Amino acid sequence: MNRFETVFERPAFIAFTVAGDPDLTTSLAVAQTIIHSGADILELGIPFSDPVGDGPVIQRADERALSAGATTDSAFALVREIRKTSEVPVVLLVYCNTVYSRGPARFYKDAKAAGVDGILIVDMPVEEGHLVMQYATESGIAPIFTVTPTTPPERVKKITDLAGGFLYLVSLSGVTGRRETLSEAAVPLIQRVRKETSLPLALGFGIATETHARQAVEAGADGVIVGSAIVEIVERHVGDLAGMERELSDYIARMKAAVVGSVPVDEDQNYV
Amino acid sequence: MSKGRFGDFGGQFVPETLMAAVTALEEGRNSVCPTKEFREELSFYLKEYAGRETPLTFCRNVSADMGCRVYLKREDLLHSGAHKLNNTLGQALLAKHMGKKRLIAETGAGQHGVATAIAGAVLNLPVEVYMGETDCQRQSLNVFRMELMGATVIPVKGGTATLKDAVNEAMREWAASSEDSAYILGSVVGPHPYPEMVRDFQTVIGTEARRQILEHEGRLPDTVIACVGGGSNAIGMFHPFLKDDVKLVGVEAGGRGKAPGEHGASLESGRPGILHGALSYLLQDDDGQVIETYSVAAGLDYPSVGPEHSMLKDTGRVHYESVPDDEVLNAFRYLSRREGIVPALESAHAVAYLLREQDRFEKDDIVIINLSGRGDKDITREVVHEQI
Repeated sequence: MNRFETVFERPAFIAFTVAGDPDLTTSLAVAQTIIHSGADILELGIPFSDPVGDGPVIQRADERALSAGATTDSAFALVREIRKTSEVPVVLLVYCNTVYSRGPARFYKDAKAAGVDGILIVDMPVEEGHLVMQYATESGIAPIFTVTPTTPPERVKKITDLAGGFLYLVSLSGVTGRRETLSEAAVPLIQRVRKETSLPLALGFGIATETHARQAVEAGADGVIVGSAIVEIVERHVGDLAGMERELSDYIARMKAAVVGSVPVDEDQNYV
Repeated sequence: MSKGRFGDFGGQFVPETLMAAVTALEEGRNSVCPTKEFREELSFYLKEYAGRETPLTFCRNVSADMGCRVYLKREDLLHSGAHKLNNTLGQALLAKHMGKKRLIAETGAGQHGVATAIAGAVLNLPVEVYMGETDCQRQSLNVFRMELMGATVIPVKGGTATLKDAVNEAMREWAASSEDSAYILGSVVGPHPYPEMVRDFQTVIGTEARRQILEHEGRLPDTVIACVGGGSNAIGMFHPFLKDDVKLVGVEAGGRGKAPGEHGASLESGRPGILHGALSYLLQDDDGQVIETYSVAAGLDYPSVGPEHSMLKDTGRVHYESVPDDEVLNAFRYLSRREGIVPALESAHAVAYLLREQDRFEKDDIVIINLSGRGDKDITREVVHEQI
């Protein structure tokens, strides 16, 4: 019934892109490249004018998408296009006002119709979950929530009581964006949340390299989420679709291989 | 339902990465602010350092012109030249009691940044101020003032490079450093506990004004007027009068016109939405994207408004209107000429409302205007405007 069930049978690679970045047509190509190159879950951000939870890379992607005319409707249209050729689970990352503005009932209904499997509302902590939980339940769309190194144990309980699909573990304090090393807070975070829930645990924020990905899986993560590093590739190749697809597919394949534990044959090739 | 609600408005719409920070702030506020020690220390700084209480000035000339009794609450005479210091001294002192080592703030026009720099200097806490790159250019004097007092000003390039983007950046920095840093938010906006906490620090304005008018006139005023951007000077002025039979008027930035992007009147033209942690009236497009604002007064150039104002609008307790830039500039010149008091362009919105509505007032009516700041910062721009 839900597309997440089989995905986490082995460590999953979760790839993020902003719907409509850098424009609607290219964005579909980016999503399809990500899927064809082996991503197990596609996370689609609906761009927002004021993305307080994101770092500069994703903020710039939001700005590019919005200037190119991206809307909530065009994000749903993108999901419908993806669904024509793929059954990969799709998670929307949205800011609360995007949902509130459309009306939560309508947002979840339209998301379901488009083929969305999970929704993470970046600036909606569990305390405000009442706004959408009814519609998440009715639509069967998994309510995805985040847990961070600063989330105290009693809140982890509150969060896991509401959450569905998988838990998004934020590996560090702050916002999205590439970091040099995997945060030291990641391992203890995975260990303590593991005790509280049977939901799959996907680790994100600051993960960009194969080493990060391997470390995350070794620490016990069921999934690894990469956002800014992918968005950087898109940004670097605006206007050069072939180059964008080449670098993306190479990067996704490498990260996927690192996550599932096998070593890609062409590891020494320089991909940056 | 979460905490910090004003009717349906307010709340704590922040990423999980910020929940620990807002929760710690809430706990710190509840345990520190009510103590005798904290209240005495804050009261010392407000009185001996900042110069409270500020006068409630009866304006003979304006009263003669308007045909009613007009008083100005003189927050322009507070150290720093605006009401902002009431809040920054309170929050910075709280930060010190909570053991924080550093203050972070956002600023639009620079007034809140300056007030935070002052509080940081006097309380020995380093200050980092996030300011939109566009604002840094148009308010370079305030950048210099902040730096003179030892603060570091960090230009923000993203988005529209104005106040809302400075708030975004300050919130991001806070998410990364809340363990040792306090985020000093400049208005009654943001996630709980800010709207309540900032209001409580600003309520000193209305509490003094209420007592002063009773001393001067032996009765309460008929009307109290204040400008509203985020709305901290207005809520601080209005709050002690909420239960009284006093007409309260909040004046928003009408800017260059009613079209989207040309004004900052979120209560008049917005619809409820979520920005910077709170549900409140918000200027947004059909898709929920926040739209740009415009006002001659940079301090009112903000697309949302404090959630308590949203409630007071819906209950009808406070009447909100907007005045356009040309009336504001007229009021700016008028008060300067007639009383020798140069109002901040923000505060001139409240004066402009009085000028526009003067025929409504009777001879014995008492009107208080919250003169939230002085206009020295605006003189250069004002001159430029006259030349155009």
